[in-house]
Amino acid sequence: MNDQAHAVEIREVAKRFGDFTALHPTNLHIGEGSFVTLLGPSGCGKTTTLRIIAGLLEPSQGDILIKGARVNDTPIHRRNLGLVFQNYALFPHKTVFDNVAFGLKYRHVSRDEMADRVAKALELVQLPHLADRFPRQLSGGQQQRIALARAIVIQPDVLLLDEPLSALDANLREDMRVELKRIQDQLGITTIFVTHDQAEALAMSDRIVVMRDGLIEQIGAPEEVYNRPASEFVARFLGNSNVLPGRVESRDDRAIKVAIDGVGTILTEAVEEEGAAEGDPVRVVVRAEKLQLAAPEAQAEAGTSILPGGVEAVDYQGQAARYFVSVNGHQMQAVNAIDERPFRKGEAVSVRIRARDCVLLPSSKTEG
Amino acid sequence: MAQSAEGDLSAKPWLLMSPALAAVALLLVIPVFFIVVYSFWLRTAVGAVEAGFHLDNWAEVLTDPFYRDILFATIRIAFITTVLCAVLGYIPAYFIANAGRQHRLLLILLLMLPFWISYIIRTMSWINILGASGALNYGLMGLGITSEPIRMLYNEATVILGLVHFLLPFMILNIYVSLEAIDRNLIDAARSLGSTSWQAFREVTLPLSLPGLAAGSLLCFVLGAGTYITPMVLGGPTDAMFANLVFEAVITQLNWPLGSALSLVLLVVLGSVVALYNRFLGLGQIAKSFQ
Ligand SMILES: Nc1ncnc2c1ncn2[C@@H]1O[C@H](COP(=O)(O)OP(=O)(O)OP(=O)(O)O)[C@@H](O)[C@H]1O
Ligand SMILES: [Mg+2]
Repeated sequence: MNDQAHAVEIREVAKRFGDFTALHPTNLHIGEGSFVTLLGPSGCGKTTTLRIIAGLLEPSQGDILIKGARVNDTPIHRRNLGLVFQNYALFPHKTVFDNVAFGLKYRHVSRDEMADRVAKALELVQLPHLADRFPRQLSGGQQQRIALARAIVIQPDVLLLDEPLSALDANLREDMRVELKRIQDQLGITTIFVTHDQAEALAMSDRIVVMRDGLIEQIGAPEEVYNRPASEFVARFLGNSNVLPGRVESRDDRAIKVAIDGVGTILTEAVEEEGAAEGDPVRVVVRAEKLQLAAPEAQAEAGTSILPGGVEAVDYQGQAARYFVSVNGHQMQAVNAIDERPFRKGEAVSVRIRARDCVLLPSSKTEG
Repeated sequence: MAQSAEGDLSAKPWLLMSPALAAVALLLVIPVFFIVVYSFWLRTAVGAVEAGFHLDNWAEVLTDPFYRDILFATIRIAFITTVLCAVLGYIPAYFIANAGRQHRLLLILLLMLPFWISYIIRTMSWINILGASGALNYGLMGLGITSEPIRMLYNEATVILGLVHFLLPFMILNIYVSLEAIDRNLIDAARSLGSTSWQAFREVTLPLSLPGLAAGSLLCFVLGAGTYITPMVLGGPTDAMFANLVFEAVITQLNWPLGSALSLVLLVVLGSVVALYNRFLGLGQIAKSFQ
């Protein structure tokens, strides 16, 4: 069996609360040592999935395997997992040392070794001098690091983090993001990270699992889910995307020409045999950063489409600007680096879309 | 301008607190003041009360071993009651705190239910259970286990039983409040780190619920030590508690000065317990259970 390669595997796991299905039957493999993020909007079942893996929640069906062994019937305290909570969940009546040493008490570790391992863990999170403090005497960021130290000191098979950074303020969050990734790299520990913040997911993960309403929408590397969204939902959830409904006008083996409803035709690259035949309804996804605005007289080069438009609003962001552009009455978004000066409201522009920046999605009625 | 604004500000807290302060003064400070004054008066042999500064009541109360013994007995009974309430109350409190949301409200309502029945009636109900012709003896005789009714009432044990019956809800509520406030994630964290549910209880839940246990214990002790109805209804002739002495002096003998001195002794003893508690544990926790 190739189960050995997977640190965690869930097979057909589902969770129902009464009539409500929080998680539909789901399969997921998580490779040894990888950093996997469960990403999705509130209520999509991320925490539910994590808690099922942790053993805090019983699945309604399906199997959970850790290191190839089925753990459905293994109680949480014997699963050897490291958990970090959004609110840190440090024991308020214990010192930092006792918090971190907590898990070692149940692992037949000698007193010396315990002190040694706690010291090492505190060093790893860069707070070696706080061992005697109580949690209430620490800042939020410090508490988060101690919670992390407490989870990794037991050398867990898997580290499970449920929105560990969301209670921190923006600057600290970015620091902790780097820090967490450094520690994870250093230890090579398999990590499952839950967040609803796409920037966090993109920055930290080896793989991202995008979830929605208890279903996995897409699994892939950050570039993959970002550049090749498998659905309109993924495209919209990860940054600003323009989703343009249209119909295949013509296709050859290199390019597909799509007539966008009420806008014009644009050229897209035929990546695979997507099965879009002439006349099929499709949607073209173009990220806002890939929509290039240019002076109105710009000419189409090979492999690009040009649409005439007008700037309706400008959101100036310093080195870049976000434009709301009207193309034949349809609004599109473009985020462009500023060259000399930003385009102004009311200015006529040409909107340039490269064929290879377009992602073609089949039209489906189930998606809004 | 600034001067007057500042003046307004500093006067404001007193202004806002004045109704409460007035109530405390009228209902607490002034009556206690009168009791203190009364305790130095004297009841003469003919039954008249003589105003003045007499130390006779205090001399009697502080030197007569009769009063001292009953004071110690009162403290003992209150202490045993408190321990029993703590042990018996923790389990239902834990159960309620861990029940589902809707069940929890129902259980708390049920816990409050006895308060709607007079405390005296609740206490007297034990006579129908434990008395010579009570339910228990009726059952035992009906089953032929005994031919004569067993004497179960009117001793220290039944006094403690009555007190536990009366005070248990206070203990349960206090423990419940502190258990309820414990973050579930702490227990999950402890479990994930390798502790069994019993170990997690001992390491996390129990220590974090101690403030509630302490607050409940204080309440049970003070209320238990100050009661006179329970020993009157369920105690024998020798089971009087300290508050019974006050009752006896004031109501039966009409000796208000002596009753005042006795009640001040009880006030000082219980006040010291509260002060000690506040010194080491703080009274804040008790306020929480009334929110
Ligand atoms: N104990 C429960 N009983 C009933 N429904 C529940 C329970 N726990 C979770 N749910 C529901 O299951 C769904 C998924 O919840 P979950 O906590 O997994 O969401 P999430 O993706 O972690 O969201 P968030 O980002 O807000 O934390 C939600 O709609 C939630 O209301
Ligand atoms: Mg969640």
